[in-house]
Amino acid sequence: MNKQEAILEYTLRIADDSLLLGHRISEWCGHGPILEEDIALTNIALDLIGQATNFFDYAAKVQGEGKTCDDLAFLRLEREYKNVLLVEQKNGHFGDTIARQFFFDVFRKLFFESLSKSTDQDLAAIAEKSLKETRYHLKHSSEWIIRLGDGTQESHDKIQGSVDYLWKFTDELFFMDQVDELLIKENIAVDLTALKANWKSYISEIFQEATLNIPTNGWQQAGGRKGLHSEHMGYALAELQYMQRAYPNMQW
Amino acid sequence: MSSNEWPLWEVFIRSKQGLSHKHVGSLRAADAENAINNARDVYTRRSEGISIWVVESKLISASDPKEADSLFDPADTKIYRHPTFYEVPDGVLHM
Amino acid sequence: MKDINIEEKEREFQAKIDADIKIEPNDWMPAEYRKTLIRQISQHAHSEVVGMLPEGNWITRAPNLRRKAVLLAKVQDEAGHGLYLYSAAETLGSDREASIDDMHAGIAKYSSIFNYPTLSWADMGMIGWLVDGAAISNQVPLCRCSYGPYARAMVRVCKEESFHQRQGYEIATTLANGTPEQKAMAQESFNRWWWPALMMFGPTDAASKHSALSMKWKIKRVSNDELRQQFVNVTVPQAELIGLTIPDPDLNWNEEKQGYDFGTINWEEFNQVVQGNGPCNKERLDARRQAKENGMWVREAALAHAEKRKAKMAS
Repeated sequence: MNKQEAILEYTLRIADDSLLLGHRISEWCGHGPILEEDIALTNIALDLIGQATNFFDYAAKVQGEGKTCDDLAFLRLEREYKNVLLVEQKNGHFGDTIARQFFFDVFRKLFFESLSKSTDQDLAAIAEKSLKETRYHLKHSSEWIIRLGDGTQESHDKIQGSVDYLWKFTDELFFMDQVDELLIKENIAVDLTALKANWKSYISEIFQEATLNIPTNGWQQAGGRKGLHSEHMGYALAELQYMQRAYPNMQW
Repeated sequence: MSSNEWPLWEVFIRSKQGLSHKHVGSLRAADAENAINNARDVYTRRSEGISIWVVESKLISASDPKEADSLFDPADTKIYRHPTFYEVPDGVLHM
Repeated sequence: MKDINIEEKEREFQAKIDADIKIEPNDWMPAEYRKTLIRQISQHAHSEVVGMLPEGNWITRAPNLRRKAVLLAKVQDEAGHGLYLYSAAETLGSDREASIDDMHAGIAKYSSIFNYPTLSWADMGMIGWLVDGAAISNQVPLCRCSYGPYARAMVRVCKEESFHQRQGYEIATTLANGTPEQKAMAQESFNRWWWPALMMFGPTDAASKHSALSMKWKIKRVSNDELRQQFVNVTVPQAELIGLTIPDPDLNWNEEKQGYDFGTINWEEFNQVVQGNGPCNKERLDARRQAKENGMWVREAALAHAEKRKAKMAS
């Protein structure tokens, strides 16, 4: 693997995380628990789709085969998508969505803070812009974790259930392989092991206020970063790719 | 049925530095933080603001429209409060 | 004595309306004026919110990232518009959740156009262009409505809506200039939306039961038939420009009235859809009811947490 291939793979991982989570959050549009929150969730979906677009644009440029951001977003096979399993999980109830978002936001904020210092100018610039959005997402999800955790007994039990269920997908956020190793040497990629302690301590802090417990079972699931997804992924892609597959090679 | 209805908040937005906050509408929110976030998402989607105030609607006291005559009409006849009431000799500049 | 008082107040009220002085929330107003406004504004708000669903149906299937973002932003605007309008209705003492419950119970109505299904991507174009176009024709005069908070909400809504119609026409234009498959998709969708769009202006002036008083109070400022005619006049050339055929054999330019004559609207269909027998009435209401029910525990939790925090701060 050369540097260019590594940057392409690295960028696609980031783009796919944003795309799939944006896709999931966009499913809430029109169905939120209250009108104000419907609007808030849609803003988050818009930010994520925007981030995905920027990272796909860059990936297409790095790839240099004349593809567009849409080719990359819509026309790969399932195994070629490299998002973590966490972001493709179904929305479930509002608590499931918030817990998924919270775990991701905490990671993403730390990640973009570091990536904005990357020696790759394009990645650094997109990270910088995305960081502002992500800080707001994190504020939103943190506040909701606290409201639901320290709300009613019902909401406490529900959000604790969401946390317990989704915990097994969180380790994959810190997945690294030779792609990362190669790019860390060049100060392009972020050393994710360095983020983990901060990720955990922020979560502990919020959970304490929310009266929630960090799950004790540490058994973890992974596979997304290598293209091995959950059963939900195929259906998500079936919707996402529907138009491009049914009507190939057209302008919209 | 509406027992779990969130309180109503009035939203005021400063559109840019140097201007006052202006009332733009209302929304529902569970608490002040939530109200500010919601106001941001609802009322500043097109960069309409750089600062937000929220206040629970029930905390606002308003003058009574029935008293508008006695409250506001008396000022109408006090034209000497306006500079144009006074004559200044020709040739005086910048006063 | 009391009656004379009311008559006097009504006279003053009408004088204000005639002088184009806006009515504000705490001003005296006839009970019927308040009732009419609450009905109209809430109905309008419900329409915006239910209106999110047919387009929301295509967000996850939008054909590219740009269209996806635009559609999301547009549907989100509709939520925002619903909110501005509920906010205006609340200034009249209407309770938002109670009025939403009325809609869910079928007591309060919303615009029937949203009971039609969205069956192809081209429908996103037609909704933006025709449905939002018709809505804008209805809404622009409402910016001058006699009730201040409603008029102000409508100014904001209209400002934001103009992008909606343009993005719709852009989608339609792209398809009309596209492959034969895309052209056919556009025409088929246009055929389905044309007549329902014309129905959006409501019953004919002769059959409209609320219009006269609403005109007198300047809640409504232009009649249903006039608005419909204006809409046809501006939309037909737009369709011709991109090569779409109006699905109306009776459509003809009338030199004398400087407008188009058009065929008779199927009022039976209109009435049936209003009464709940449209293709998607049940789906739309079910979706909104479910959103409210599923959100119940979330709203309760947020309130409970706010109370806990208040208590903590106090101690």
